[in-house]
Amino acid sequence: MANTFHIVVCASTVPDPLQTLEPVTGASGPGLKNEMMLPAVLDPWAASALYEAANLAAAHPGSKLYLVSLGPKAKTQQVMMTVAQKVPFELVAVDGPLGGFTDAHSTALALAETIAAIPGLDREHMLLFGGWESASRGAGATMQIVGERLGITDQFQGVDQIKVNDDGSFEILERIEGGRHQVSVCVGAPAVLGWATGSLPEPRNSPQVGMANMRGIMPALQKAKSVKLDANGLSYVSVSLPKQQRVTRVVRDVPDDEIAREIVQWIAE
Amino acid sequence: MEKLLVLTHVDESGEALTRASLEAVAAGVEFSAALGATLAIGMIGAQAAAQLGGINARVLTVAGPEFSSARYASDAAACEALVRAAEATLVFAPASSRFARVMPGVAHRLGGFVETHITALAKGEGLEATRWYYRQRVEAVVKRETRPWFLLLEPGTRAAFVADGAAPQVETVAVTLPALRTKVSGVRAPKQDEQTIRPDAKILFVAGAGWTKKQADGQVHPTEAEQLILGFLKAADASLGSSKSLVDQSGENQPVLKFMTHMNQIGQTGATPRHPKGLSTCCHGEEPHVVGWRFINERRAISLDPNCGWARGKADVLYVADAFQVVAKVNALLMEKK
Repeated sequence: MANTFHIVVCASTVPDPLQTLEPVTGASGPGLKNEMMLPAVLDPWAASALYEAANLAAAHPGSKLYLVSLGPKAKTQQVMMTVAQKVPFELVAVDGPLGGFTDAHSTALALAETIAAIPGLDREHMLLFGGWESASRGAGATMQIVGERLGITDQFQGVDQIKVNDDGSFEILERIEGGRHQVSVCVGAPAVLGWATGSLPEPRNSPQVGMANMRGIMPALQKAKSVKLDANGLSYVSVSLPKQQRVTRVVRDVPDDEIAREIVQWIAE
Repeated sequence: MEKLLVLTHVDESGEALTRASLEAVAAGVEFSAALGATLAIGMIGAQAAAQLGGINARVLTVAGPEFSSARYASDAAACEALVRAAEATLVFAPASSRFARVMPGVAHRLGGFVETHITALAKGEGLEATRWYYRQRVEAVVKRETRPWFLLLEPGTRAAFVADGAAPQVETVAVTLPALRTKVSGVRAPKQDEQTIRPDAKILFVAGAGWTKKQADGQVHPTEAEQLILGFLKAADASLGSSKSLVDQSGENQPVLKFMTHMNQIGQTGATPRHPKGLSTCCHGEEPHVVGWRFINERRAISLDPNCGWARGKADVLYVADAFQVVAKVNALLMEKK
């Protein structure tokens, strides 16, 4: 069983990046206006983690892939209609609040408790995947804390590649400053991998995969445990949209030579 | 009384603190005074104490060959030991890839909490930190009642500490390391002349998908586009950013620019680099213009679309022109000057 993995992917839903976001403050703290009405997608970097996980599982027969998603059940169900058609997985849903203004430590606690309770999960052979940052809170903190709570001290962030060797060890490329990758070799699972983009394109929709996934998704949503997320002393002094609107000078009907000279002068300033 | 610890680490030479570390030290000096807190500096790598010359702070270090690599298990153990030794209630650290990897886990080990990507600090009713949510689209100021509180400070957001005096005495802190199962084997980087990401560049060149679309002659010109873009990067010593649509094309069997990778991507699922100037070309969309250059000071755009709603209001100047023509002329002028 050296080269089979139980891969757990943590992935939440976020507002579609094309939507206009407007923060509002309610009784329970800040949120987004009409948050539940906004079209949602699977968090982009977490989606990269899911596709990489599916690719890894397919390359190592006997591996299992779990998708753990924390969010309002209705939102998770909506997003799963699309995601379920991409790759085969077993959904583990957690019913909880949506949005980026929740505390990363509370989110990590809820995820870690959920993962620890997955029946049959082989934690010795577990690879814990997720996005290195979400497109909502964008803290880049949740995966590390989940890993710590599960006792995993081999952690990698900004991962773009994993290559498994015959002996079960794996080589990992992590993004570091200056457009470079740090190369590490880990002796084997368990490990935490916070994914950046990876290298795989988004899989095409497969109705067959979708049908197979949906058989497990609806029961998983029905038995999703509800959680409340503690603020842990975090409070918001202000939440606002950047107000800066620039006065754009539009230059048209000007010869290319003149534009080029102006740009060169600007670069030199 | 708060006890403020600034965690720092050396650069790849192993002998000098990173600039981002020195920026965090400067923040520590400023806010320890503002908050009436004691100040300590924790270093991973002991040979850089001279860079802290003249500082009025306790200086702690961990040193040894295990800490020469940026690895979660050893770095987390080192940071944990330093925070415990300093009995810190507030911890500042640079948001480098090395510390971003470990600090949330360290905060958890110590029963603390972490905020990341901090772009500004202020003293209001206690310490207040500014950061962005939803990929640089919503800005918030936060505070925490609970301690210890870890704050990862974004590089490039303040001046670096400058030594002014004798090197401080350094106390070495013992670290109990777990079994190390990971070995860092090196760094993989493009060849020097192929590196298109230059964090210290004065200008960011943003390429959009228009570079690979059909031009006025009804043909695509990816080879010419590559030459023009690389020519600009070389002539202007620029860094290269890309829209998502352009880097995604490699997986969609469309014409691609060979040097473009997801590492170049800026915006919602890419980077938000900091450069004094930015020039976007052939871009259409919110991500490059709003999110991708949130931290670009002076912004200009070249687009054939005079009504590009994304460039208007976000760029200082919008040139309605053919980027192929203009960039070729810009490159020629820049090379004349070199």
